[in-house]
Amino acid sequence: MTDIAHSAAKSATGRSATAARSYAIFIVIGLAALVVAPAFFYPIFLMKLLCFALFACAFNLLLGYTGLLSFGHATFFGGAAYFTAHAVKEWGLSPELGVLVGVAGAALLGLIVGFFAIRRQGIYFAMITLALSQMFFFFCLQAPFTHGEDGIQSVPRGRLFGLVDLNDTTNMYYFVLAVFLVGMLVIWRFINSPFGMILKSIRENEQRAISLGYSVARYKLGAFVMSAALAGLAGGIKALVFQFATLTDVAWQMSGEVILMTLLGGIGTLIGPIFGAGLVVALENYLATSQFPVTIVTGVVFMVCVLLFRRGLIGEFYASRLGRRLGFEHRR
Amino acid sequence: MTMIFGIPLQAFLGQLLIGLINGSFYALLSLGLAVIFGLLRVINFAHGAQYMLGAFVAMLMLQYLGINYWFALVLAPLVVGLFGAIIERTMLSRLYDLDPLYGLLFTFGLALTIEGTFRYFYGSSGQPYNVPAALAGGTNLGFMFLPIYRGWVVVISLIACIGTWLLIEKTKLGAYLRAATENPTLVQAFGVNVPLLLTLTYGLGAALAAFAGVLAAPVYQVSPLMGSNIIIVVFAVVVVGGMGSIMGAILTGYMLGIAEGLTKVFYPEASNIVIFVIMAIVLLIRPAGLFGRDA
Repeated sequence: MTDIAHSAAKSATGRSATAARSYAIFIVIGLAALVVAPAFFYPIFLMKLLCFALFACAFNLLLGYTGLLSFGHATFFGGAAYFTAHAVKEWGLSPELGVLVGVAGAALLGLIVGFFAIRRQGIYFAMITLALSQMFFFFCLQAPFTHGEDGIQSVPRGRLFGLVDLNDTTNMYYFVLAVFLVGMLVIWRFINSPFGMILKSIRENEQRAISLGYSVARYKLGAFVMSAALAGLAGGIKALVFQFATLTDVAWQMSGEVILMTLLGGIGTLIGPIFGAGLVVALENYLATSQFPVTIVTGVVFMVCVLLFRRGLIGEFYASRLGRRLGFEHRR
Repeated sequence: MTMIFGIPLQAFLGQLLIGLINGSFYALLSLGLAVIFGLLRVINFAHGAQYMLGAFVAMLMLQYLGINYWFALVLAPLVVGLFGAIIERTMLSRLYDLDPLYGLLFTFGLALTIEGTFRYFYGSSGQPYNVPAALAGGTNLGFMFLPIYRGWVVVISLIACIGTWLLIEKTKLGAYLRAATENPTLVQAFGVNVPLLLTLTYGLGAALAAFAGVLAAPVYQVSPLMGSNIIIVVFAVVVVGGMGSIMGAILTGYMLGIAEGLTKVFYPEASNIVIFVIMAIVLLIRPAGLFGRDA
């Protein structure tokens, strides 16, 4: 049953031995950069970047590897932020358990939203996820535990495993980095598993995947829940970093933002969304000090990306001469 | 006082009227979305922004040029329709060969840009637009008080909806449109200028949204956020109705508007989400939508 998946994986590895080496080099450089980064950049900024990078990669799992455009991923990101904040602040859970509560909550939300959304395809899928996420937004606006417009404020970071004090910014940074790396590892493992191969086959040709006997709906739901849970991981961490959870995180603008990050970095590339997230976060930080409204810039970047730049930064790099010489190949 | 289900009749009818008015806007907007989607296979996320543009153009025309409501009702849709046509010709038309999701993303970016620009210049708060003198005041129907302007909105949007339906179902141009929806290549081979048809369609859709915007200006306030608030609800309406049929889009719009109004009477807390709940239920029972043909 997984023959196709296996042979695809085999030929992919055969073709991209150079790519594997290039990847390894990039990963080592990237890791080194992330480890020493706090010495050069403002740590809160870096942590924000890592949270959004993980969020975008989780989103890309769905759009890039399954071909499903969710317009409601803020629900899982912001929902998890609320759950984690509530668990840590009101129940007094330790930070790692709080984040787990967030992940579990996001996965449950993903199961519910996914259950409805996979009943339709393409454009309708996007509209359904958007509508359901707007519903969740109104729920958060009215539910007592989210404290409406105020959000949940002054969330304690607490001590990791009861040992490491996360109020120390350096400790917090390396905790966020570790979570980010674990998240990326899970994503990498997931898309290279037989399950991930089947998702790609659904993306390429859904009808054929059905005719081959795969229960497409179940795989889609699985991918949706996985993506939601990882988005929840990012959201839970974000609640600890900033020590609050607000309506901004569940609003539709947030769903749009994560789409932009993914599109800008490169849909369907493993590391593209990280760069996309970096650019968007940096841009927002820069614009926050000026008078110029972020929405206009985001909107224009969106239009330009769709019209001229659909492969995104990393996709363009892979397709460039240098990228191809390094053994990368951009499909899709 | 007459009571109905334990609710005063006055309040009941009042909310029913508000529901009918919201329903009129949902119907006009989902109609435009359906027309555009039928031919262009693009979900026009900027539909809300074009609705907001209609209201703003009317307001600015009044402020700077002294153009009154009645002329604005014709001119604002023309201006926004032209703007839409230009966008379609110069940018959107490049995306037709791609996955329809790119059209959605492009128009999303367009919506953000338009909304952001107006927020930059006019802030987030609403600005009033006065009800035209001829439609000011109200009339006592004996069982309820009816503000004349609200009655006008319901009547004129019904006329606009039926007019659009007639245009598409009963005229030569509409026949071309429907034919191009089924098979654009063949229609082109018959000598019909399909690209022009696409541009006109997008312009028409944008103009319809702007028309709804002008109608809405005196009811709600003119605010940059009015578009994004309504577009997500309209998406839910479209999911419920399915975009296969024009009449389906119109009926669903009115039905859901009324459902929302009635929820405000019986269970106000849920009035924000009732349309989404209905959408979820419809997805369970009839995934293709009430009037949908394609899944």
